[in-house]
Amino acid sequence: MSEARFRIKRFDPAADAAPRYETYVVPYENSLTVLEGLFSVQERQDGSLAFRYCCRAAVCGSCAMYINGRYRLACQTNVAQLPAGDVTVEPMPHLPLVKDLVCDMTDFFAKYEYIKPWLIRDEADDPECEIPQSPKARRKLDMPIDCILCGCCYSSCPSVWGEENYLGPAALLKAYRFEVDSRDDARRARLPEFDNERGVYRCHTITNCVEACPKELNPTDGIQWLKGAAVRRRLFGRRK
Amino acid sequence: MIKHQLVIVGGGLAGLRAAVEAKGAGIDVAILSQVHPGRSHSGAAQGGINAALANNPEGHDDTPQKHAFDTVKGSDYLADQDAVLQMTSDAPDTIFEMEHWGCPFSRYDDGRIAQRPFGGAGYPRTCYGADKTGHYLLHTLVEQAYRRQVAMYIEQFVTSLIMVDGECRGVVAYDMIRGGFEAYVADAVIIATGGAGRTYSNTTNAIISTGYGAAMAYHAGVALKDMEFVQFHPTGLYTTNILMTEGCRGEGAYLVNDLGERFMSRYAPKVMELAPRDITARSIWTEILEGRGIGGKDFVYLDLRHLGEQKIAERLPGVRDLSIHFEGVDPVHDPVPIVPSQHYTMGGIDTDMNGLTAVPGLYAAGECACVSVHGANRLGGNSLLETIVFGRRAGRAVVEYLSGADARTAPDAGAHEALAAVQGRVDRLARADAAEDAYDIRAEMVDTMKLNFGIFREARQMQEGVDKLLALKERLPRIGLRHTGGAFNLDMIRTIELEGMLDVAIATAVGAFKRTESRGSHARTDYPNRDDTRWLEHTLALYRPDGPPELQSAPVALGMFEPQERKY
Repeated sequence: MSEARFRIKRFDPAADAAPRYETYVVPYENSLTVLEGLFSVQERQDGSLAFRYCCRAAVCGSCAMYINGRYRLACQTNVAQLPAGDVTVEPMPHLPLVKDLVCDMTDFFAKYEYIKPWLIRDEADDPECEIPQSPKARRKLDMPIDCILCGCCYSSCPSVWGEENYLGPAALLKAYRFEVDSRDDARRARLPEFDNERGVYRCHTITNCVEACPKELNPTDGIQWLKGAAVRRRLFGRRK
Repeated sequence: MIKHQLVIVGGGLAGLRAAVEAKGAGIDVAILSQVHPGRSHSGAAQGGINAALANNPEGHDDTPQKHAFDTVKGSDYLADQDAVLQMTSDAPDTIFEMEHWGCPFSRYDDGRIAQRPFGGAGYPRTCYGADKTGHYLLHTLVEQAYRRQVAMYIEQFVTSLIMVDGECRGVVAYDMIRGGFEAYVADAVIIATGGAGRTYSNTTNAIISTGYGAAMAYHAGVALKDMEFVQFHPTGLYTTNILMTEGCRGEGAYLVNDLGERFMSRYAPKVMELAPRDITARSIWTEILEGRGIGGKDFVYLDLRHLGEQKIAERLPGVRDLSIHFEGVDPVHDPVPIVPSQHYTMGGIDTDMNGLTAVPGLYAAGECACVSVHGANRLGGNSLLETIVFGRRAGRAVVEYLSGADARTAPDAGAHEALAAVQGRVDRLARADAAEDAYDIRAEMVDTMKLNFGIFREARQMQEGVDKLLALKERLPRIGLRHTGGAFNLDMIRTIELEGMLDVAIATAVGAFKRTESRGSHARTDYPNRDDTRWLEHTLALYRPDGPPELQSAPVALGMFEPQERKY
């Protein structure tokens, strides 16, 4: 039997005057993920602890947190990876808080919706079978389609901290995902949504998002591509 | 009180597809989900989705009829053959529609959707996007729901149905963000809440796959059908039961025992590792029981090394990441320890081909439902297909149902009553002195399901399991809440959930005990053979508050494929 010491940032804005840290000792056999540790605390020590969970296999994006000063998915973080006896768990910083480790993601998803995150094309021309796409064209999607919308990049971005209207890396990465899709024909429908002061020009390539991403994606790269597309459109009226 | 024409509980593939369908027909539809729809468990599906596109050169003469035959044979002849043919016939259009909406399927050089071999399939007909097909399909439908401005109430835990004069007229939900309960009044409700994997301790399923949605319908008087058929996926990671897709074996991975043998040659010499899941899981478990697990332990190896780094990077990048992060093993260099793990609930809410239940106004689609297209054993690649095909069909059925009648508005009284009932239930839980611990009961339930209703079953062990579960149900009234706060009260959600989970577990257990034969996933050591004379029928479990369910039976729709011995 081993033990991990969980230091968890607790705050219920509806009831508490200020945040506090509470420490819980979590016993375990063999291995323990941070998410399993949180469940152990919630079940055995403090029923009031709040956190998000779902797939526990790093694909749903629910349990993004700030663990020992780094953005991580709680389910994908084994306490064995962390310094012995110290697991500090905080909610993702710079986001409004619902309770404890649960951030308010309303703005995050509003910005996602704002960039028209769906394939735009003239559907009247669609064939009865699939729209052909070469493997080479498909490979351009490999990176952005793996986004799980966990919010780590968004929380980590100083440009988001400084400008509340900035769309942020996740929404822009989603815009990039469609703009590079050979099947997307948005022409001028989506570009104006990010070719402005809310959009790509707020990215100053600080690359916190790259470091924060638990799926090892590169939103900065996507945003630079969008900048190029936006500039080309302004200069030459071309889209891609 | 909030009103919509259609309320859909669950924002996974089935719920989203139903919403998109109904919204497209001008229905005022709302999705209520415990998580953001993009976080639903559909997104954890990996290997692919079946459709007889005949894109793979080796499958150039594939047809929906052949897909139907494989599905029926895979089901051990318990699936309803008309429903299966409907699904396989709808399949190609379903795939093309998802593709037109942007789903990033992997492609062949000529630009067509790529297809890989899967277990129990006569042709390579599983369309895939690397090994993240569920994630890609899910995000595509989330995007379409946003595009159509489907109303989404996110992080709403639906606790119960509003019933008025025997009809379903909405739901009551706990608002996880703001705290408190709200009634959502509707003319029709579709339940699309996924499977009940979490009634087992050894499951691949997401933590929210509790079966609670099915329990709501069950409590409202709808039968649960064929719950005894529980799929064990051959390859869950040893430490966590996290899924390693069947696509690994579709791409050529081996199953290997302690002696280094590809032991599937003993059990399915023709198709080897690509036998259906029930047979493969039993084969692995037999190796383990006979002492040929690795180092004598309870796991075997899934060996991908001969596929090479490039193929793994291209086709199976997700499972490589999962193995590294969760098992500490890089499949490029080492074999991966795996163990069969609970994976899929073949049974569920009894519905017809349009998702309609016995209760007017109440529909169900996806894993929580049982049409039945999977019978006693589901083929890999058919679950994603089922969610989208039957989500769409349920959406259409509701559109027709609502166009027949004048605008219906549920009497507010029904909503007030339902709201008061939930509030009363929570108040009672809050006042209880909690002589029993809900988490102890949960832990005992999931272990009982694992140990007494696992891959191999027999009468004595199941009787003991049924007794244990019924004893847990007797303890249930003595549980209480530890936390009564408003927002994100996980203690309350998980306590309420438990009541539904336990009833679903009992339905599973009692159905398994009663079925004295072996069929598909239901393998009894005391009744090793299939018995078509007695048991070629569906099990229907009807909820009884004070004890085990009442079991009835229903005929299987046959007619196309004569039941025969199942060999691979």
